[in-house]
Amino acid sequence: MVFPEWLAEPGLNHFLVVSAILFSLGLLAVISRRNIIMVLMGIELILNSANLNFVAFSRYGALSLEGHMIALFVIIIAAAEAAIALAIALNIYNRFGSVDVEQISELKE
Amino acid sequence: MGMDSLILFSLFALFLPLAGFVVLIFFGNRLPREGDWVATGAVAVSFVLSLIIMFSKLATPDSVTATWAWVQMGNVPVLGGLTIELGILIDNLSSIMLVVVTLISLLVHVYSMGYMQGDSRYGRYFAYLGFFTFSMLGIVITHNLLMMYMFWELVGLSSYLLIGHYYEKKSASNAAIKAFVVNRIGDAGMFIGIMILFVHFATFSFDAIFGAVAAGDLPFASQAWLTAAGVLIFCGAIGKSAQFPLHVWLPDAMEGPTPVSALIHAATMVAAGVFLVARMFPILTADALLVIAYIGAATALLAATVAITQYDIKKVLAWSTISQLGYMILALGVGAYAAGFMHLVTHAAFKAGLFLGSGAVIYAMHAALHKQHDHQTDAQDIRNMGGLRGKMPVTYWTFLIFTLAISGIPLTSGFLSKDEILAGTLAFSTLNGHFLLPLTAFLVAGMTAFYMFRLVILTFHGKPSDKDRLSIIREAPGVMTVPLIVLATLSLFFFYSFNPLGASSGWLYQALERPASVVPEAIGPIAASVLYQAVSSVHTLVMILSIVIAVSGLAFAWLVYEKRSISADKMAAAMGPLYRGSYNKWYFDEMYQAVIVNGTLALTHISNWFDNRIIDGIVNGAATVTQGISKISGWIDYMFIDGLVNFLANFTGAIGMRLRKIQTGKVQNYLVFAVFGFLVIVFFFMAI
Repeated sequence: MVFPEWLAEPGLNHFLVVSAILFSLGLLAVISRRNIIMVLMGIELILNSANLNFVAFSRYGALSLEGHMIALFVIIIAAAEAAIALAIALNIYNRFGSVDVEQISELKE
Repeated sequence: MGMDSLILFSLFALFLPLAGFVVLIFFGNRLPREGDWVATGAVAVSFVLSLIIMFSKLATPDSVTATWAWVQMGNVPVLGGLTIELGILIDNLSSIMLVVVTLISLLVHVYSMGYMQGDSRYGRYFAYLGFFTFSMLGIVITHNLLMMYMFWELVGLSSYLLIGHYYEKKSASNAAIKAFVVNRIGDAGMFIGIMILFVHFATFSFDAIFGAVAAGDLPFASQAWLTAAGVLIFCGAIGKSAQFPLHVWLPDAMEGPTPVSALIHAATMVAAGVFLVARMFPILTADALLVIAYIGAATALLAATVAITQYDIKKVLAWSTISQLGYMILALGVGAYAAGFMHLVTHAAFKAGLFLGSGAVIYAMHAALHKQHDHQTDAQDIRNMGGLRGKMPVTYWTFLIFTLAISGIPLTSGFLSKDEILAGTLAFSTLNGHFLLPLTAFLVAGMTAFYMFRLVILTFHGKPSDKDRLSIIREAPGVMTVPLIVLATLSLFFFYSFNPLGASSGWLYQALERPASVVPEAIGPIAASVLYQAVSSVHTLVMILSIVIAVSGLAFAWLVYEKRSISADKMAAAMGPLYRGSYNKWYFDEMYQAVIVNGTLALTHISNWFDNRIIDGIVNGAATVTQGISKISGWIDYMFIDGLVNFLANFTGAIGMRLRKIQTGKVQNYLVFAVFGFLVIVFFFMAI
């Protein structure tokens, strides 16, 4: 089977495209999901797309191991962020009795 | 006696009644008997001091003056430096007048203790009496025109207060206002006269003005101005002394308590006008004196004709007072200075007596009517009296003596002074032919005797109008009859002259030597020596004539009212319009009402109309124009200025309304915008 040229050898662009798709999916989740948990998951996707970028640049770009290091930092920060965000989600639920972001429009007032 | 103590005494005599007034006004209610003894005591001391002053003054020919600088002004426009002085002048005129005023005042105080007993404003009444006495004494002893004018007004004020003593009665308060307002008219003239003299001479002092005129310095270098000043100052006397045409207030003033009528409206205040003329005598020109004489004669005749037909006992006396004041003014006008002023003194005694006597009658009538529970019958109407002679002997006999005196029957004081007036008037006419003056004077003398005896007969003689009432009439108490007896004694001739037929040898006549005229001889009055010579040549004739006239008046009254051989009603019917005119006081009140009061009202209507239509019209027009302008500018404001502002506000608001829709409060929306914005920026930069 002959791969088209742009598929013959996976390169930086391939990773970046995957990462962009992943980012878009995450953004879509953040913007369109009603459930706050789903929104959080979208954020995780965006973070992971960033990680993928770091790693890709680490492999193909000028960055060597620093990309990996930053990716690890991001994973750790994502874990912390998830902890805090879930706590916020819990508080929101206690406060509003719902985790539906459509109903949480206090900023308007 | 030294001059200083004389001044001191006169100051005490002046201020004691004022002190009494102050004490009574502030503490009267807390004093026993509401303080009537304070007022009476003060006046009694004043009287004693006045007696001392008079006797010591009459012993010396020099008058005493004391002055105090009152207002000092460095620089007055036109006049330059100016000092206004207060001062006291004690001469024969003022010292005699002091005694007259304080004596009558004292007797009226004593009398009032009986007459006013039980009055609701007893203390206040005595306070005002004291205040009046103070004001009157001020007029008498002042040495300048300004103080005289001030006290003149104070006298007017106290007269107003006392006429309005029974102010619950509408007629009394009206009478008080009328007296005050009518006097104002005369006082305005007097003020102008004083100002004519002051503007030219820069002084108010009598001596200084007389001295300047004597030195040939006439006001504005004009004889006419001097005459004008004299006549204008006499206007004050026309008001105060109730001379024609300002006589209308005095009969109404009888609304005051009777002792007040005796003191103020018979003996003293109304004599102030006569006193004023006597004071100003030296600068009165022949023309001014002629005006004065004719006004006096007109007043005397007018008032006597009215007095004949009145039925109110006090009104008869009031009109007779006006008539007698006319006599005095007439006497001064013809230059019979001593006679005029002497008549003031004798008249003060017998007219005060007549009023106090009428007061006693009214008092007794009131008491009797009260017992009968009769509140309709007028206690002052002589038709309701009659036959009181037996019940009120003291009042009757004293009243009779006063009546004889006012009628000019020999052996009385009135005969002495009236005889001199008639002689002076006749002598005046023989010298310059004003024969109307003596004619009027003699006519009035006869009428006076007639109406006074009519009053006596209707009151004390004849049949009583009500037998039951007569039986309970009682003589007035001693506190009221004693002043009557004192005044009756003073109405006899020997107090004034030991010669019952001639006053000229008496001390009073001698003391009242006519002051030398200071006006230039060409316009001055007939010289005293010439006049007195003429007087002595007609004196016997006048004496006989006056006795005949007085007695015939008396006899006529006797025939009409006692014998009833001539019917008064038929006589009245025969007189027709004359009787009605007299009975209605010649319609002066109605005339003044129609001409002056209604004229003033019409004038106020016109000026009111002018005010409403023209002045208010201008103001309202201006307002309307301003309103129009402001409407336009308001419209501009509203449409353009506010329009711009509102437009900005509305525009911003509208944008805001549209933009606020973006602010959903939903985080996801914001995120969408952020991403979208980011993309826009990225594309923008990529495009570059």
